[in-house]
Amino acid sequence: MGHWIRHAARLAAVSLLSFCAAVQAADVVNVYSARKEVLIRPLLDRFSEQTGIRVNMLSADAGALLSRLRSEGRNTPADVLLTVDAGNLHRAREAGVLQPTESKVLDEHVPAAFRDPEGYWFGLSKRARVIFRSKERTEQGAIDSYEALADPRWRGEVCIRSSNNIYNQSLVASLIAHQGVEVTENWVEGLVANMARSPQGGDRDQIRAVAAGQCDLAVANTYYFGRMLADEDSRAVAEQVALVWPNQGGRGAHVNVSGAGVTKHAKHTENAVRLLEYLVGSEAQRWYAEANFEYPVREGVEISPVLREFGEFQSDDLNLSKLGVYNDEAVRLMDRAGWR
Amino acid sequence: MLLVAAVLGLPVVTVVVYAFYGADGVWSHLAGTVLPTYVYNSLLLSLGVGAGTLVIGTGTAWLTVMCDFPGRRLMTWLLLLPLSMPAYIIAYTYTGMLDFAGPVQSTLRAWFGWGYGDYFFPEIRSLPGAAVMLTLVLYPYVYLLSRAAFLEQSVCALDVGRTMGLSPWQVFRRIALPLARPAIVTGLSLVLMETLADYGTVKYFGVSTFTTGIFRTWFGMGEPAAAAQLAAVLLGAVVLLILLERWSRRQRQYHHTSGRYQPLSAYRLSLGRGYLALLACVSPVVLGFALPALQLLSWSADTMAEQLGRGFPQLVFHSLLLAALTSILALGLALLLAYGRRLRGTTAVRAAVGTAGLGYAIPGTVIAVGVILPFAWLDNTIDAWARAHLGVSTGLILSGTLVALVFAYLVRFLAVSLQTVESGLAKIAISLDETARSLGANPTRTLRTVHMPIMRGSLLTAVLLVFVDVMKELPATLILRPFDFNTLAVRAFELASDEQLAAAAPSALAIAIAGLAPVILLSRSIARSRPGQGANA
Repeated sequence: MGHWIRHAARLAAVSLLSFCAAVQAADVVNVYSARKEVLIRPLLDRFSEQTGIRVNMLSADAGALLSRLRSEGRNTPADVLLTVDAGNLHRAREAGVLQPTESKVLDEHVPAAFRDPEGYWFGLSKRARVIFRSKERTEQGAIDSYEALADPRWRGEVCIRSSNNIYNQSLVASLIAHQGVEVTENWVEGLVANMARSPQGGDRDQIRAVAAGQCDLAVANTYYFGRMLADEDSRAVAEQVALVWPNQGGRGAHVNVSGAGVTKHAKHTENAVRLLEYLVGSEAQRWYAEANFEYPVREGVEISPVLREFGEFQSDDLNLSKLGVYNDEAVRLMDRAGWR
Repeated sequence: MLLVAAVLGLPVVTVVVYAFYGADGVWSHLAGTVLPTYVYNSLLLSLGVGAGTLVIGTGTAWLTVMCDFPGRRLMTWLLLLPLSMPAYIIAYTYTGMLDFAGPVQSTLRAWFGWGYGDYFFPEIRSLPGAAVMLTLVLYPYVYLLSRAAFLEQSVCALDVGRTMGLSPWQVFRRIALPLARPAIVTGLSLVLMETLADYGTVKYFGVSTFTTGIFRTWFGMGEPAAAAQLAAVLLGAVVLLILLERWSRRQRQYHHTSGRYQPLSAYRLSLGRGYLALLACVSPVVLGFALPALQLLSWSADTMAEQLGRGFPQLVFHSLLLAALTSILALGLALLLAYGRRLRGTTAVRAAVGTAGLGYAIPGTVIAVGVILPFAWLDNTIDAWARAHLGVSTGLILSGTLVALVFAYLVRFLAVSLQTVESGLAKIAISLDETARSLGANPTRTLRTVHMPIMRGSLLTAVLLVFVDVMKELPATLILRPFDFNTLAVRAFELASDEQLAAAAPSALAIAIAGLAPVILLSRSIARSRPGQGANA
């Protein structure tokens, strides 16, 4: 047994050392990513191929990564923080762990609404949170806005996931930014009253529930729908459901971004900026649309046939840092209204 | 020894201290809105899982130890299989099968032409659903420990009962069960701590408990202090639970004086009853392992080829490395602490050992943060000193390395090995220590030559339980692991939480398979560890 322990200890020491070497080498960039590894790695690999810069990454929950960044302080190994929502990027800025980046490429390709006004972070891909309706049981035009989800007419007909979910928190935060706390709270109360079941599962589960007849309406992100349509097993289910772009002609559909910023104590700042610039390049932007069914943040990039089928839409141009500003108010409000 | 306990207790203390930073108004907001729900749900979930695991765990343990029925030998180790199944994975698979939109209900609807609301079907994603899921994967703790206890019981004590004319049921209830109580309670408390710390299952099922509340307060509201307060309340409940158990045991001693062991003569069951017993043992295995594993297998068929290519062997290696390293270290520490407490049971030592074992009930994320804070502080302090005096930067020495991760595992899972070792030690009469010592053996030698051979089963149990637990651990691994260091659990979770169940299946299956070997080893050694039983059991 003693021999075995020595062996294991040596192994651990070796992997530790090689790891330290990898993190400190010159041609690397270290990424803390809230985006799951499988959903970003192919892109990072292509970046490495083209530039020779190796990308080390650690994926975890955004809140947890933020805690880690804060406590590591100036010794943090991370050069880039990548998240799947703007709220957490704003929070990272507030916590003082990001630094502003000046880059013509980024300023040119990322529209103003989708980046921090002072360049602390930049959106990389757009994700719209929209309404889905049953083709069989509802008419086209039966619902056209988020506000209508609270209409008593839909009592017991709305499926939506838990308020623990960041996308729901961001949606409510955007409503607070537009209409204030009081109006939003009334809306959330109406929505809770209309729920078909107590919130459970993920976004796809809400779409599936509509197809199965448990509710007429659901709220979900578009890329989940895109993936269901692209997958043979779930296509039949997804085809029973229609996508509704809400608030067209008004303020537009609620969008969030996945995005990234350079950390304040980055050791490889130059590589970090190169990575961000690569991620808004047309190749990477097309990849978001093709592999993940997200919308490119850059204008004029070709999108996949599935996304084209969803049609053109007008998106809410609220500056997304507001989502971070109102996030905790949103959570409290949902607590009060009993949105589980 | 106090130092070891103090270091291990550090993250727990960090969390408690953090809780004292005021969080204005948050607490009253929580208390006025969601706190009652958290308390109610956590309590109900614990009750459900506690009752379920108690019945299944002790019931099957007794049947396999004391009754003769077809397939009994096979069942002794098959019953352990669900242990290797992570709770969140089983939750995903059952949801996939039993959900309203899943194949079972859809088929029913197609056959009978039903629509929504036309028929009754239990809602899987609910509090009772979560209780069932957790019961199915956690009952092996109770089974394992109570089975070990039943096996270690002297046949004399049981035979005295039989000759006094007690029925099998009475022997079970009046002799075996009370004698096995420390072990059963240990198993049960592990189950309850695991239940209270569960995040994956309750989150997916939309059941609001303390753990989901902690996450939401911390990350959703950005109130770490208030989250730490919630965690401290959870911790308080666990301390209370442990004290209550200790108090109820008080001065009673659970070792028996007879050292005579013979092969146990099992109760012969009639054919019908034998099959009933078999059924009772088979159903938890089918529900807790076979069915979900089959589902995973069928999902894997589509995605196996693609998934296996992606650095899969490395994932396996990382998981095994972490599990092996942690389980052996945990055993060493548990022996040190438990034996220390036995030798010198001062109040300070007891309190210290008690604190060191508390980590099990704290959600992995909270532990992780409790580890990051002091480690990063230490690293930064050393770095600042080195910069000032030596002109070099040492950077982060501990945080972001495997050291931090293994340390977090130890904090979280020490309770498992500690409790197993302690309940093993508790069954060894003090008179044995005294005899060995009076014959001139020092404490270390007594431990090595007397105690360790006697409780070989308990020691192995301790190692293997931690091993399997580390294989499954998720939240702390996610936050503390070094760059590009992924494990099977991380891969399975990332895919599953992205709603790609089929792609997650191979990794999930690999966790279950990697857990199989230790589990089989475990059951063989337990069977053999009974003195006088030989290798034929």
